[in-house]
Amino acid sequence: MSDTTDTGPVLAADGTPLKRSLARALRRQKMRALMLIAPLLIFILVSFILPVGDMLYRSVKNDIVADTLPRTVVAIQDWDANSGELPDEPVFAAMAADLKDAASAKTHTKVGTRLNYENPGIASAFRKAGRKAKKFDIENDGPWKEQLLDLNKAWGDVEVWRTIQTYSPRVTQGYFLNAVDMKVGPDGAEARPESEQIYMNLLKRTLWMSMLITFSCIVLAYPVAWILANLPMRVSNLLMILVLLPFWTSLLVRTSAWKILLQQQGVINDLLVWIGVVADENRLVIINNQFGTIIAMTHILLPFMILPMYSVMQTIPPTYLRAAKSLGATDWTAFWRVYFPQTVPGIGAGSILVFILAIGYYITPALVGGTKGTFISNQIAYHISTSLNWGLAAALGAILLAVVLVLYWAYDKIVGIDNVKLG
Amino acid sequence: MAITPVENQTPTFTAAVVGAAGALAGLFVGTAQGSGLLGVVIGGVLLAIVGYVAPSLTERQKPVRWAILVGFIVAGLIIGGVPAAVVGVLFGLFFGWFAFWIASSRYRAHLAPYLTPKQVLWHYTFRVICGSIFFFLIAPIVVVMPLSFNAQDFFTFTPEMLRLDPEGYSFKHYRDFFSNSEWQASLWNSVRIAPVATLLSVGFGTLAAIGLSQPHVPARRAIMAILISPMIVPLIISAAGMYFFYSRLGLQGSYWGVVLAHAALGIPFVIITVTATLVGFDRSLTRAAANMGADPVTTFFRVQMPLILPGVISGALFAFITSFDEVVVVLFVGSAGQKTLPWQMFLGLREQISPTILAVATILVVISIALLTTVELLRRRSERLRGMSPG
Repeated sequence: MSDTTDTGPVLAADGTPLKRSLARALRRQKMRALMLIAPLLIFILVSFILPVGDMLYRSVKNDIVADTLPRTVVAIQDWDANSGELPDEPVFAAMAADLKDAASAKTHTKVGTRLNYENPGIASAFRKAGRKAKKFDIENDGPWKEQLLDLNKAWGDVEVWRTIQTYSPRVTQGYFLNAVDMKVGPDGAEARPESEQIYMNLLKRTLWMSMLITFSCIVLAYPVAWILANLPMRVSNLLMILVLLPFWTSLLVRTSAWKILLQQQGVINDLLVWIGVVADENRLVIINNQFGTIIAMTHILLPFMILPMYSVMQTIPPTYLRAAKSLGATDWTAFWRVYFPQTVPGIGAGSILVFILAIGYYITPALVGGTKGTFISNQIAYHISTSLNWGLAAALGAILLAVVLVLYWAYDKIVGIDNVKLG
Repeated sequence: MAITPVENQTPTFTAAVVGAAGALAGLFVGTAQGSGLLGVVIGGVLLAIVGYVAPSLTERQKPVRWAILVGFIVAGLIIGGVPAAVVGVLFGLFFGWFAFWIASSRYRAHLAPYLTPKQVLWHYTFRVICGSIFFFLIAPIVVVMPLSFNAQDFFTFTPEMLRLDPEGYSFKHYRDFFSNSEWQASLWNSVRIAPVATLLSVGFGTLAAIGLSQPHVPARRAIMAILISPMIVPLIISAAGMYFFYSRLGLQGSYWGVVLAHAALGIPFVIITVTATLVGFDRSLTRAAANMGADPVTTFFRVQMPLILPGVISGALFAFITSFDEVVVVLFVGSAGQKTLPWQMFLGLREQISPTILAVATILVVISIALLTTVELLRRRSERLRGMSPG
């Protein structure tokens, strides 16, 4: 055997330095992994992430004013809204010309509707002007200030012009301000009057009810998870079915079951009347209010709390409790000081999961919530399909999404997304 | 398995416990009949007597329990006919068992001998609490089933049903479901959409899960976060986004639009279940296959796939049930031509609530029981394959 005098790099079988050869193999491995992931990643990006991003962009998008009233937008830039005086003749002339074009393209009502979100009443000014605008002769009729003021006195209102000026840029924070019950006033953002404040209350209610639901899930899930983790395997597997069956049953089925049970002529009220707890004429109203939403959603989300708690409790050796007791702890101390702290990760994981799912719920509140028990999701759906104020819906959605993403991030930090378990 | 030697309780103790339970039962029977107080007294006294004699009769339990059962049935018949007799059967069975359970101290036998009476009491109180939570979980689903056979258009038990009168039951709502063209069209739509969406999510999802479980994946956490996001983002936001975006592409209101949307929603479930299965996958198996001359495709289909198949199938079932149950996204992305079963149920619940929904719900519960059983069996099989399960 000879001593290795060769001080050069270690070579792989094909003669390349081993270091480079390994790096290439690693790179190839990474490439292969990415190639396997790529189709799905592209699929998710196109079919999911892009649509959500596109919707979020709508919350700041404000093309319609600049597109429909191009001349006015330019002319009004130099006007000082705080002077208290109406804009000058060129602005009115630009508006008349824009209105004429808009009326023939039939887009004047759209811009009216858009501005109406910010200043109620403005839509009618546009609608009325639009009817006459087709016959405007921009070169010869004039001056336009008087003409427009004759048509509708709304054009003599400084606030109307201020609104047009405020919402002429292509990007606006108006929807977001609207979503937090504020508006753009003379000195920037200001709170809306008390009577017009809806969304912050709704958001608060959504958060508050989600917290109540999460809390009642914790209270109900803890004993069940404990008993599942401590019974013999054969019995706990059987009982597990009782938890998994609701988990697998259609959401609509569970919601309709609650709708049927909670009705005034439903099974629960019938039972209560039969055993004489409540009188027939004052049956309990337990549906179409907050109580209905909370009880139905607690039932629906309970498995999501039990499963993470169970998987944590399963790993806690029962000997710890016995050790604590043999060292002289009372039942309560042994539980509270020894067992409970070890279950906190399970409670945390379950709570975040349930809370995330709860604040985005739409179906159940819509069916059993009535008017008092609805969530912010229901308002978003209303603005998309009924009031057609898509920008506001997008802004509300962005706020909801921000809350959810913060929680998602926390969940990832605490539990790790890889550790999500199903069934 | 008795770990504590026990002897019969004293008659006084048994009488007190059984009497208290009887008083509680009597309270409910009494209020239902008009006088709670009378019910408490009668129930308490009658069962205290049963409890008092029980310890001396522990050798001859069977005939005594039969006697108690018959007594309760007769009492039920006298008080309120057949429905009350059914309640009587339940009460009779319970008290017959309960009296001797207490009298012969059977409740104490399998608990550790050093427990104090308070701890024994808490042990059983805790069981009762857990039992009622299980009841809360399962009762709403179970109640729907008998109600779906209601002969009337009511959402509660009719007197005929409580009397167990065959007249009170019928397959009317099932007939309606199977003959009504709207329900049939929506069922057909669901059946057309869900499998295709499942196929898409399983195909893409399994590939990506295998990629993600490779030892060196750049930005693994970020990719995982993106792939799981459809499960986390509130459905209404996904639905709204897809509605706007797909209408621009001309996919809104089309079959493929709904399929794509549902596939995206099902993917997180496939990723989660398949990566969980791959955790236990022994990498040296693929190396061994390669060593023996198999190319990567053969290795995948002949070695890896059969081993991770249980995970893939349960992922597929999750994806299927996600699509089959989904309402919010299809409400926005679909049009009348894609009206699925959940959509039809949603309309039925919101507008004119028709009892046909009960029949549909029962059918869906039966389907989910079938799916649950399959997934459980697969999970056990997969654990057995990986040698992780005791049995």
